[in-house]
Amino acid sequence: MPTMTMTLCAGSALALLVAVAAPVQAAAPVTPAYAVDAPMGAAEARILLNRTSFGGTEQEVAEFAQLSRAAAVDRLLRGTLSVARTAPPAWADNPITPPREIRAMDPERRKDYIRGEIMRGVELRTWWVSEMLTTTSPLTEKMTLFWHNTFVSSQQKVKYSQLMYRQNVLLRKNALGNYGTLLHAVSRDPAMLIYLDSANSRKGTPNENYAREVMELFSLGEGHYSEQDIKEAARAFTGWSVEPQTGDYKWRPFFHDDGVKTVLGQTSNFDGDAVLDVILAQPACAEYIVARMWREFVSPEPDPAEVRRIAAEFRASRYDIKTALRAILTSNAMYAPENRANLIKSPVDLVVGTLRQFQFTVPDALPFALNLAQLGQNLMSPPNVKGWPGGEAWINSTTLLARKQFAERVFRLEEMPQMARNIMAEGRQQGGVKGAGRALGEAGRERFVTALSEIRFDPNAWLSQVKGPDPTRAVEVAMLAIPPVTAPAPGTQGIALIRALALDPTYQLK
Amino acid sequence: MKRRDFLQALGFGGFALSTFNGASLAWAKAPATADGAAYRNLLVLVELKGGNDGLNTVVPYADPEYYNLRPKIGVKRDDVLQLDYRTGLHPALQPLMPLWANRELAVVSGVGYPEPNLSHFRSIEIWDTASASNQFLEQGWLARAFDLHPVPKSFAADGVIVGSSDLGPLTGGTRAVSLANTEQFLRQARLAGPSGSSKNRALDHILKVEGDITQAAGNLNADYAFKTEFPNGEFGNAVKTASQVIASQAGVAVVRITLNGFDTHHAQPGTQANLLKQFAEGMVAMRSALTELNRWNSTLVLTYAEFGRRPKENLSNGTDHGTANAHFVLGGRVKGGLYGQPPQLTRLDGNGNLPFAVDFRSLYATALEKWWNVASNDALGAKFQALDLLKV
Repeated sequence: MPTMTMTLCAGSALALLVAVAAPVQAAAPVTPAYAVDAPMGAAEARILLNRTSFGGTEQEVAEFAQLSRAAAVDRLLRGTLSVARTAPPAWADNPITPPREIRAMDPERRKDYIRGEIMRGVELRTWWVSEMLTTTSPLTEKMTLFWHNTFVSSQQKVKYSQLMYRQNVLLRKNALGNYGTLLHAVSRDPAMLIYLDSANSRKGTPNENYAREVMELFSLGEGHYSEQDIKEAARAFTGWSVEPQTGDYKWRPFFHDDGVKTVLGQTSNFDGDAVLDVILAQPACAEYIVARMWREFVSPEPDPAEVRRIAAEFRASRYDIKTALRAILTSNAMYAPENRANLIKSPVDLVVGTLRQFQFTVPDALPFALNLAQLGQNLMSPPNVKGWPGGEAWINSTTLLARKQFAERVFRLEEMPQMARNIMAEGRQQGGVKGAGRALGEAGRERFVTALSEIRFDPNAWLSQVKGPDPTRAVEVAMLAIPPVTAPAPGTQGIALIRALALDPTYQLK
Repeated sequence: MKRRDFLQALGFGGFALSTFNGASLAWAKAPATADGAAYRNLLVLVELKGGNDGLNTVVPYADPEYYNLRPKIGVKRDDVLQLDYRTGLHPALQPLMPLWANRELAVVSGVGYPEPNLSHFRSIEIWDTASASNQFLEQGWLARAFDLHPVPKSFAADGVIVGSSDLGPLTGGTRAVSLANTEQFLRQARLAGPSGSSKNRALDHILKVEGDITQAAGNLNADYAFKTEFPNGEFGNAVKTASQVIASQAGVAVVRITLNGFDTHHAQPGTQANLLKQFAEGMVAMRSALTELNRWNSTLVLTYAEFGRRPKENLSNGTDHGTANAHFVLGGRVKGGLYGQPPQLTRLDGNGNLPFAVDFRSLYATALEKWWNVASNDALGAKFQALDLLKV
């Protein structure tokens, strides 16, 4: 995994920024507390990169430090990818095995099939983690994960890795594109149609699951619709289904209820797309999404005035995601002292962030895909339709010890094979990484151990990049968003210093 | 403060006391909990993960409809361990029969909830959070109860989870630790730092959890020498670890252990017999170990699972996801016997599943009110009728 640097786009994009983010509606102009053109400095650069890009290398921090906030954010937003560079698993574009065929299998074949499906699930997670580790556009992956945790579907119910893969491709394609486009597309995404029961919803007995969640969790938030709106919208979504032979989207006109519905005060013979447009016209929609972004990037407690201001811009841009992000990432709150280190790293932030920041070489990301599940973030399998609750819920005694173990072991390469054996053993004991240890089989276990033994990290090369008059303090600043709870013993240096700081509680914060 | 001291402090003398009957004293017991004395009563939860098939566990062997629905996998009338004229246990539960004879085993049939969800993940979340079927709560029911009625700080932890990484009913806010075995936990816990507090909320939370780990590790030990022989295997080890935790002086209010593998869609009979045998042998070992510790009379064991299984067997000699289920309650102060409602096999719903008779939150209310003497309606979000199955 040699390529860790981001694509660098030279030149200030301030002009572009101003053109796009022309003030909309009558939001009070916000007086920046900083000189607009002044370099943001290393401290702000770290905040920006830690929260949007799984952290940055020292070189990236130095480069961003020279830019103004606006230019730095513009550099992040320009040149973002919308397609993964990592080659997808070989089976990714295969048609699915139709449910009828699976049901007809004899027990032995069915067992094989299920084992194969579990393995595909592991490969899918590994693929995504590889992309996160190697991408030149980490913000794309952050936002893909953000949308995965907004438009939740879970492999536990969908049960087809191909469909989860295709949904992931869809989320990435639109991750920094248009929210309205994404909402429409995800609503007829086959994994979503299965996950929220639209696939079998039909006229006369519409399933209300999707209609409820699309309003409660995907667009408006609680309190902005009625139970009657859900019932009516459910009728409109009938007919959006899945072709069982291929797993593709299929329109079933005979399932569709073409009658007149009243949704959010509007009456017509709506279909699903029309209902989504009614939803997108609600002011609550932009505010809900902006508040979610605020919690991801700024603070667990959204500032209502700022959310309203940015939501107005977002809506006026017809839901251009970059417009909302630009406003959030250049806001004063993003860099305010009271918001420093107020976010708990997700397991992905912790694992991918550590491996990227310290420029680990990871030829095979499989161990980390499994590790994430241990830490409470099994990609492709959020716990329920609300997604991972995040924040303080990330940390309990189990996950905190698992995080510390990760931090300790990742900086002790010689113990990697032991880490491999432990993860496998724990997997067996807990029936968990949901049985992945078992499911990997002999070949998979070998791959796992090999993968761990091939991970490389050069502490001296990394330390030589960290510059400052007080070397200990410089490493602290590079690793921690606020000073450590326990200062390392005087004289601690090199890899011992890195380990000590990685075990400090503040290493869990960003 | 002892109950009597409290009553005296309020001006109730011995004479006044005698004018109350037991039931009306319930309110006066509450302060005994305020100093946490009631949490000396231990709750052990045993999760039968995957959804144990209650119908083949507690068998309605006199009901012809049972054999109509289960021509292949039904437990034969001659094989059941009869509890009464129509109810019998699966033969693999033979080790539990002495407990039944001793009236330390209660069987509650028909446990479930309205508008049942058939997804493992969602349904166990409903059980763990004690939510309604369409309600999403983030905090486990025990975490909520302990927020409202705290466990004494001197305890090693509010609860210990053995052999599973998810905290289930202890999710969110409690001093809960999970461990696969005590030695390993004590080793890992060296990575945790001291407790502390911070104005930074996120850091404050992490420091609290560090403190929970350190406190638990400082108060748990792994060296009690039981005479009891624990069964081999994963579940036997979990029971042994749980017993070690319980042997530690500092105390815990709850221990949760998990027996995996009950999702028996295929070839159920052999798999389930093996699991039920492990369960029964594990419970017998636990009873023996806790009797050694003189804790069996202050221990209440409840089983739970995300759902029961469908009455009609499937084409793979297994059963699919169902609804209402039978559960066990064990302990030295349990009033042994049959509770709840036998399976209503002729009243299946549209999916072919059983109606429920006892809301699972009634079992929780029993633990909260009758076992710990704390109010249950605040933690459970509504009033659920506690069952009268304890000698308290």
